[in-house]
Amino acid sequence: MTDTAFLLNGTPVRVSGDSPTRTLLEYLREDQQLCGTKEGCNEGDCGACTVMVTDENGPKALNACILFLPQLHGKAVRTVEGISGPTGELHPVQAEMIAHHGSQCGFCTPGFIASMATAHTTGRRDHDTTLAGNLCRCTGYAPIIRAAEAAAAAPIPAWMQTDQHNLPAVVGSGEADRLSGAFRPTNSDDLADWYAQNPQATLIAGATDVGLWVTKQLRDLGPIAFLNAVTDLQQIEQTPGHLHIGAGVTITQLREALAPHHPSFAELLRRYASEQVRNAATIGGNIANGSPIGDGPPALIALGATLHLRKGDDLRSIPLESFFVEYRKQDRQPGEFVAGITLPTNAPNLRCYKLTKRFDQDISAVLGCFNLTIEAGHITQARIAFGGMAGIPKRATHVEAALLNHPFTLQTLETALPAFAKDFQPLTDMRASSTYRLTTAQNLLIRYFHDLNGTKTNVLEVTL
Amino acid sequence: MTMGKPLPHDSAPLHVTGQARYLDDLPLPAGTLHAAFGLSTCAHGTITAIDLSAVKAAPGVLKVYAAADFTEMPDCSPSTHDEPLLATGTVHYIGQPVFLVIADTHLNARKAARLGRITYADLPALLTVDDALKANSRFEQGPIIWTKGDATRAIATAPQIIEGTMEVGGQEHFYLEGQIAAALPQEDGVHIYSSTQHPTEIQHKVAHALHLPMSAVRVETRRMGGGFGGKESQGNALAIACAVAARDLNKPCKMRYDRDDDMMITGKRHDLRITYRAGIDANGRILGLDFTHLIRCGWAQDLSLAVADRAMLHADNCYHLPDIRIESHRLKTNTQSATAYRGFGGPQGIVGIERVIDHIAFALKKDPNAIRKLNYYRAAEPTGPGTGHRIGSTYSPKNHIPQTTPYFMEVEDFIGQDITDALEKSSNYAARRAEIAAWNSTNPILKRGIAFTPVKFGISFTLTWLNQAGALVHVYQDGSIHLNHGGTEMGQGLNQKVAQVAAQVFGVDTAQVKITATDTAKVPNTSATAASSGADMNGMAAQNACEIIRQRMADFLANKLGLPAAKIQFQNGEVRAGAETFPFAQVAAWAYQARIYLSSTGFYATPKITWDRVKGQGRPFLYFAYGAAITEVVIDTLTGENRILRTDILHDAGTSLNPALDIGQVEGAYVQGAGWLTTEELVWNAKGALSTHAPSTYKIPACSDRPPIFNVALWDKPNREDTVGKSKAVGEPPFNLGISAFLALSDAIAATGDGSRYPSLDAPATPERILMAVQAQRDV
Repeated sequence: MTDTAFLLNGTPVRVSGDSPTRTLLEYLREDQQLCGTKEGCNEGDCGACTVMVTDENGPKALNACILFLPQLHGKAVRTVEGISGPTGELHPVQAEMIAHHGSQCGFCTPGFIASMATAHTTGRRDHDTTLAGNLCRCTGYAPIIRAAEAAAAAPIPAWMQTDQHNLPAVVGSGEADRLSGAFRPTNSDDLADWYAQNPQATLIAGATDVGLWVTKQLRDLGPIAFLNAVTDLQQIEQTPGHLHIGAGVTITQLREALAPHHPSFAELLRRYASEQVRNAATIGGNIANGSPIGDGPPALIALGATLHLRKGDDLRSIPLESFFVEYRKQDRQPGEFVAGITLPTNAPNLRCYKLTKRFDQDISAVLGCFNLTIEAGHITQARIAFGGMAGIPKRATHVEAALLNHPFTLQTLETALPAFAKDFQPLTDMRASSTYRLTTAQNLLIRYFHDLNGTKTNVLEVTL
Repeated sequence: MTMGKPLPHDSAPLHVTGQARYLDDLPLPAGTLHAAFGLSTCAHGTITAIDLSAVKAAPGVLKVYAAADFTEMPDCSPSTHDEPLLATGTVHYIGQPVFLVIADTHLNARKAARLGRITYADLPALLTVDDALKANSRFEQGPIIWTKGDATRAIATAPQIIEGTMEVGGQEHFYLEGQIAAALPQEDGVHIYSSTQHPTEIQHKVAHALHLPMSAVRVETRRMGGGFGGKESQGNALAIACAVAARDLNKPCKMRYDRDDDMMITGKRHDLRITYRAGIDANGRILGLDFTHLIRCGWAQDLSLAVADRAMLHADNCYHLPDIRIESHRLKTNTQSATAYRGFGGPQGIVGIERVIDHIAFALKKDPNAIRKLNYYRAAEPTGPGTGHRIGSTYSPKNHIPQTTPYFMEVEDFIGQDITDALEKSSNYAARRAEIAAWNSTNPILKRGIAFTPVKFGISFTLTWLNQAGALVHVYQDGSIHLNHGGTEMGQGLNQKVAQVAAQVFGVDTAQVKITATDTAKVPNTSATAASSGADMNGMAAQNACEIIRQRMADFLANKLGLPAAKIQFQNGEVRAGAETFPFAQVAAWAYQARIYLSSTGFYATPKITWDRVKGQGRPFLYFAYGAAITEVVIDTLTGENRILRTDILHDAGTSLNPALDIGQVEGAYVQGAGWLTTEELVWNAKGALSTHAPSTYKIPACSDRPPIFNVALWDKPNREDTVGKSKAVGEPPFNLGISAFLALSDAIAATGDGSRYPSLDAPATPERILMAVQAQRDV
């Protein structure tokens, strides 16, 4: 058994212990007495526990409450205490938060500081997006944004630039393949062998869902493999007409890769959970989880993506939609894991519409993804998929059939609307009623028509 | 001058560096125990069997309590004796604590708390106001009815009647720091740390539970990570549980609710149904008005009677209603016991009358602000020398007939008209309304809307005896100043404001005043930091204490130098005595050596107020705070999605003690108020379980939900009453400004119809409710 080794506010630390699911937040507050980082919700939804984690790709903001210690091996963690300089100098975002009255009760503030300092380091200026995962109940956010804008131009302090440089020394020689009793493969062959032998095990990539099994359901996970060192599953390759995405690619990386090809899909991913969650969550986890309300699958199904699965040395590829069999049941064998997806780069008419109570960091009530091919004014191919409308991410096959080979007109779309009721009998839950879901699914098809024809349909694009 | 300076929050440097200590950050002695509650899964039922063997056998568990383990069950209620710490025989809501686990770690306590096996015999569960009304399940004997004039006759004889019903949802506080308390056993009592707005209440309840005099219980609160009313009474159970365990096991004990538990156990803002019937004339003047409030109070009384009273007390908002009847039902249901939440019923009252005004304007096809101005209270009588007539005003000093509220309090300080005029002008309201109408006519799918909301909010506790505050100030021989008062800091900047008052008295820099934790051993018998009263009352008490000490120092120095005391002045960190000046510290040292006592308490009791809540008559408030907001929104008529596009606010904080902190309160309150009426939806399932018990499902505003254009200004004119520095309370009044976002959504919905059907939007206006209202317009 090897210790988990990482940099904590610039100082190397090693953690042994026998629990691979001890969270960074517990460790910071209970073992290190670094109590600046707060627990607000313990499920990755409020951001009070945000820390800056640097790896070879640079710094990113993560939620410490659902981050297990072994995931940090070989990385650098900077908490609010380490965002101030070594002799107590204020970071520019700290100084501006004081000057602009950005804290009131102050409990969310350390998390905001961590998110803001990370964005400051990486040069991000899209504050509404980088801070969407940090909730504040006191200020109404306006002074926080003023502070972020005021700090943006300040130089990056020297102490914030050392972590990446110092990373290679953290682990020393050799990669650990076990940490706190958990398996930590460094390539997919080792993972495949081990998982075939341990099919009851839990695979953990970003832990943005599994984290809650531990912090909320208080589950004992049994054997665990951490996937974040499996670098060959984290690759994005482009071939003519296609993108090949490894299962370990994070949503943040996926968004960047998709932006030039599928801007509407990339915008959907901008609203996928929060910055902190996107930095941890992987597309493989999003698919394998099988949730009916995950935001990746409907868009990928509309694109006609192919899913690649591996068990031992056996590889197979299936259309993504066939992976989702019924609620909480997927076409996955024991010991088989999601290795990656392939998706086309050309789909100019792909549009993804996510409906939620709150725009940012909310789970879809309805997610409609439309991808029609229109040739000579006629619909020659139709791929429409929805999340939130059934027990699985599901294609609207009756609607597609009603559209196919018809002229792309409002009348055609309106004629197809009754087919939605054949495709979907959605549930009523705390996010929306069955009626709302079915009505808006239909209305989104109407929106699609207006959207492709350039009529204003998006409230986010209205500015004064 | 230190009063009036826009200083940052005193703890801001600690907040941004992570050094500000909240209760969970305090180092507690080794061996501190941790507590967790096991919760009811039945909304209403009799406990038929309770098997806690697995709980007791769980790792790390030291003790488990259920009802049978108490000879006398401690009570947690702030009002009447109806909240047992643990359920005694019957459970009253899903989430009610049934048993208490004490373990070695927080995690072990939480894990063990899941292992209880309890069986229930179901009783009928009353979940909605309709259920409760039908079963006549209520607090108090029947509805409370206040009348002024003869509303029934006035409505019956009016040319036109406007009537409707509105559902208004509750609201989870979502303080970022959850409920938490710790108890440290002492040789002769207990020391409690609590994240509470009301340390004296914690002291009182713990003393009662442990059969100790209050003097044996000391409660300390340095700061809360947000309160919003949710820590006025809801922390009692945690402090009592910790105190009981600490006594029995003679070890410190801490309890912190996990977020989901917090949302399942604790009370929220009261939801209600408002029914209204207004008789109006052709111009839109309200001739008679009848309101009915059906308020869902939950399973225990808590503060519901006072909350429901305050909803009635704000049913007029800014409007003079000579003939009015208000009927209020305080309904008892098998849900969390609804509690204090910023505004304390006031917003629920105000949203009702603003709805009526909006409905009248729609019916008469007029600008709602024309209706508002027609019905406003008369402008305040000018005061001061040389005022006399107001040219062009409705006011005539020759013909003064007092205008009174529905509870017969004369409105002496109405400035709503002036604020309205100023805000309409600065926000370009009239031109924007016209531009929006034009834009809507060319956009088939997206529609914009705009709305105005004025606010008049009564300042003082309606329970008159609570309107008192104390302070304790020491000047040390080195000139440093120690400040303590009865108010608690929950982010509002109260300590900084009071420190500015103290610094002003002594003529020193605010940084020289040491702010200390609220402590029942320093200032006794405090009131909750609530009702927006914190700075008003504690500022006055601190000022009183400081002035007593300053007078002693001045008398001493005058005597020493042979000058009249009036020649001694404290300013710029110095004491000026005639032609000479001395450092403040020097004078403090001399006074000490001369055996002058440099410590004093201070006290304040709010003057003028009298209130008979049974009759609904009197002067419950010292004064009113005013404000107004204009919000513009856009909606998508295909999905109900919506955005706030711009908000303009003009708010009355009197002569502000600290304009930066006050603007912070206004901005934050507005966003929180808008959240209440838009995205924040509490959903209970058919069995009575709260489905939205975590931030994954309960959506408070996020960063991008704030208005992208957000113009906030203070009215900045002195309070007519003699408050500290002529300032006004600012915590709650601006919460009501969020109503303008709701009415703007309604305005945008109306733009989809032909003007024949009022949108009758319910709150919260989620995308779903907006879409349904749009469809109703199109179904006409």
